[in-house]
Amino acid sequence: MKLTVNGVPRSFEAPPLKRLLDVLREDLGLTGTKEGCGEGECGACSVLIDGELVNSCLVAVCQADGCSVLTVEGVARNGDLAPVQKCFLDRGGAQCGICTPGMIVAAHRFLECGLPATNENVREAIAGNLCRCTGYAKIVEAIQLAAGQRS
Amino acid sequence: MIPVTSARSLSEAYAILHQRPRGLRVLAGGTDLMVAVNARAGLDRIGHVLDIWKVPELRGISGAGGSLRIGALTTYTELMRSREIATHLPALALVSREVGAWAIQNRGTIGGNVCNASPAGDTLPLLLAAEATFLLGGPRGERTVAAHEFFVGYRKTALGADELLLRVDIPLIEKSHLVYRKVGTRKAQSISRTIVAVRKLAPRDVRIAAGCVAPIPLRCRNAEKAVAAGGDVRAALEQDITPIDDVRATAVYRSRVTGNVLLRLLG
Repeated sequence: MKLTVNGVPRSFEAPPLKRLLDVLREDLGLTGTKEGCGEGECGACSVLIDGELVNSCLVAVCQADGCSVLTVEGVARNGDLAPVQKCFLDRGGAQCGICTPGMIVAAHRFLECGLPATNENVREAIAGNLCRCTGYAKIVEAIQLAAGQRS
Repeated sequence: MIPVTSARSLSEAYAILHQRPRGLRVLAGGTDLMVAVNARAGLDRIGHVLDIWKVPELRGISGAGGSLRIGALTTYTELMRSREIATHLPALALVSREVGAWAIQNRGTIGGNVCNASPAGDTLPLLLAAEATFLLGGPRGERTVAAHEFFVGYRKTALGADELLLRVDIPLIEKSHLVYRKVGTRKAQSISRTIVAVRKLAPRDVRIAAGCVAPIPLRCRNAEKAVAAGGDVRAALEQDITPIDDVRATAVYRSRVTGNVLLRLLG
């Protein structure tokens, strides 16, 4: 099977129903993407497939064959944190950290889509990403700060 | 290892259906089936997976010929973005926005919601109230089944072992109005406690359906008749529904809230 992951073409062999999450972590060594619930409730495993947000625990890898995947490792550019990641640091948008990679990917997708960064829009965009520390206020602030820097 | 066939066309999918492999499961967006696979729940009953995610014939929305035709693989995100849906049936776009959140909306499909046949399936009361029909197809040909005849028991449907759901058709009726209300534990990412949909054709001519109040998504004909006769709608609804106690709500709660929501939707 073939995937373009964070801009790099990768090929590998895997059972067709293996989760994209496990292929990323085990076969491709990209452990930034986390497993939370394994049932599409928590968003810890969020990645983009062809630019759209998905739960990688619910994607059989055969369905992603030939697609382009962006993980949290690909949000940073040339080893530097992306602006949205710096905003999470600046505003304290990470506590225990388990939700952070998924939050960053969901935030990245939200910023790409160009919707106004109102409280309501940001909260809808990350509604599928649960923070078990309940640190949502600072996460929303961080995303709004990043949106402000872009405009 | 469970064998998987990723079909790239309807005829490729039909070729597998024709063989009738034992324990065949159809995989679309994966938001239900992959949860079961991950939990290793009932894996021994899955003998073969037919992946239809890349079957182009099952995609697309059109508003031709007095009905809205929605391909079975249409995702919630596509329903939310569709101009046809926004024009003819905005309630279907609104309810799609209440299913899960972005990541689920990008993968979950209307056909998956229909075929999974959960009594809590969010689009199902709307499809029942809108008197949708389902186009089924397989190697033996195509047939149409009305939504209210499709759900035959708890998570059981009229779909044959060698059939796929191809399309959801919704008759467009001028001046009719479809409204609904989902009651969940929170705004996003929550399974409904109750969900009610009403299509209003005239003040006393309505179609009513509800979810989470019976083993199947339910057309509420007694309540419809009570509206037509100017009778006690809440009492009639009690004759339609058979709610149960579960982790999400009690039967008493479901009964009361479903009645409240219905009366509010009827206005």
